[in-house]
Amino acid sequence: MAEFINSRLISTLLGWFSIDALPPDHWLGFVLAALVHTVLVIHVVAVGALLFIWMERKVSGRIQDRLGPTRVGGKFGWLQTLADGLKLITKEDITPGNADSLLFKLAPYVSFAASFAGYLALPFSDGWVGHHVNCGIFFIIAIVGMEVFGVILAGYASGSKWSLFGGMREAAQVVSYEVPMGMCVLIPVVICGSMDLITIGQMQAGFFTNWIVFHDPFAFVVFWVYFTCATASVNRAPFDLAEAESELVAGFHTEYSGLRWSFFFMAEYGSMFLVSGLAAILFFGGWNGPIPIFGPDLLNLAYSDAEIASGTFRLGGYIANLAGCMNFIGKAVTGVTVMMWIRWTLPRLRIDQVMTTCLKYCVPLGAVCFVGVVGWQWAHLWSPNDLRPQQPRIAVRERGLFDLPAREASGMATRVELTDKAAWAGTVPVPAGETR
Amino acid sequence: MLFAAIQWHSFFFLLFALLTCGFALAVVFSSNVVRMAFFLTISLGAAAGLFFLAGAEFVGAMQFMIYVGGTLVLLIFGVMLTAHERFISMKTRAGEWVLAAFLGGGLFLLLVRAALMVPQWNSPNLQRDQVAQSEVHDSAAIGAAVSAYRADGLPSSAAPAGTAASPGKSVYLLPFEIVSVHLLVVLIGAGYLARAKKRTSANAWQA
Repeated sequence: MAEFINSRLISTLLGWFSIDALPPDHWLGFVLAALVHTVLVIHVVAVGALLFIWMERKVSGRIQDRLGPTRVGGKFGWLQTLADGLKLITKEDITPGNADSLLFKLAPYVSFAASFAGYLALPFSDGWVGHHVNCGIFFIIAIVGMEVFGVILAGYASGSKWSLFGGMREAAQVVSYEVPMGMCVLIPVVICGSMDLITIGQMQAGFFTNWIVFHDPFAFVVFWVYFTCATASVNRAPFDLAEAESELVAGFHTEYSGLRWSFFFMAEYGSMFLVSGLAAILFFGGWNGPIPIFGPDLLNLAYSDAEIASGTFRLGGYIANLAGCMNFIGKAVTGVTVMMWIRWTLPRLRIDQVMTTCLKYCVPLGAVCFVGVVGWQWAHLWSPNDLRPQQPRIAVRERGLFDLPAREASGMATRVELTDKAAWAGTVPVPAGETR
Repeated sequence: MLFAAIQWHSFFFLLFALLTCGFALAVVFSSNVVRMAFFLTISLGAAAGLFFLAGAEFVGAMQFMIYVGGTLVLLIFGVMLTAHERFISMKTRAGEWVLAAFLGGGLFLLLVRAALMVPQWNSPNLQRDQVAQSEVHDSAAIGAAVSAYRADGLPSSAAPAGTAASPGKSVYLLPFEIVSVHLLVVLIGAGYLARAKKRTSANAWQA
């Protein structure tokens, strides 16, 4: 991208004014490329929240046999959120006298930053990711857990008992639900043998039978457990005890107004999209559509492995990736819609019911399914999945870390490659000149 | 041009290092416990940033998960459940300051000395391709080491004498399992100690 901007766009532009072209690794291209990507990802959260809030109103309206917003912006009231946003900007920014003003002011940003940082490692299509983190799923789970910190801070710093109760409930709930959520996330990791979200997505390429949710009955159950835990961990009804309007006024954001309040909601909708996107990648094939239109058997447009590795640009591959991105966003938005549907269908749980759901149902279910999936793999039982064979798993990479020539001279192993299960069983012949 | 002259790797290293140290100092000099916790989050998060900068993504994510997430939620629970007044602030006496400065300063000097003893300390800055090369390390090596193989292929020093531990084999699996069972025992023990005491039948309904 940076090379493209430098060598094509800027140099063409400079050529009109007969100025010398830039070298392909000039800093300007990198800065522009970084800006374009950052703005794109920020808009997933910002514009996404605009859309989701409008959708929430429409969905709730239809579920309650109302019309929802109909006037702002003409048909369907699709500018309703913008009007809301204008209203929020004009509101006075109040800090209560009792509050710890520094923490009170910073808490919304903490929440938002944590929610947004998760998008760093979320791939939107094959190779379209902010930063390719090789343990991406672990990173996202760690970051999503941080969002609660902003809520707790808000609850504590507001200096109001409603807020404090809300914050405490949220803390208890999120800390508990991280346990079953971690277990559920582990299952696709075990099936794919990788924590890399891009690898997990690539392995599910092909027809929809390759999606991990269809791997075996246990994996199917685990998806629902994951979705329950994800709903709870992003603090959505029926698990929205932290705001509980009927009991705690508005919980942790009772004292907030204006733009700070809306930051909490951008964070909430951002997290909803994040965990739904994670569900799409882990269980529903990520950017792979139900039918591999762009795959090698039909149109054969998608990038090949070699092209991904070398980073070449081809229009067909770009179109395939764009369609993959739309697939992914479609799946994630479906997840968000289901969360809205659940919110307006189920009543709020009591705190003890929330804990019971987690500790007595989700954790045992997650544990049983974990053993079940591992057993299914171990016994080589039939599965609809025909996961794409991975590239040889390089278990050990040591370029640059050790002094290779010296070790080669002393006859030590320079690298150990594990290609498949056989290697783990110790049956792979050791290549000549290498010791394991 | 100035923009091109900046070594971005060093720039971000300094940025994260300053954030880490600055907010660590803020933890020390703040008197409000929850503010301390907040500053500690930023300090630990910036340390995670340093790990990411070094290409150790697994360790960085681990830092987030365990230190930033786990410890701080625990800390806040502790503060909220034990606080008697609204915003607890801790007054530090002069003697405590002196003792802390003595201990902390001594430890700091020790660390600086240890850091300066590393021979690479004064080596020239890494070139761009070397930095890129060091980013290829991924968590697979950790998993391989836990299950069977050492990343460096060296003979395991932890292998008991007499057993034929071939070069490259690791014996990390048993310690790993022992640690996890130990943690489980600790968890159950903590649950046992913290369980609700048996109430007499008279006020049992209040539970």
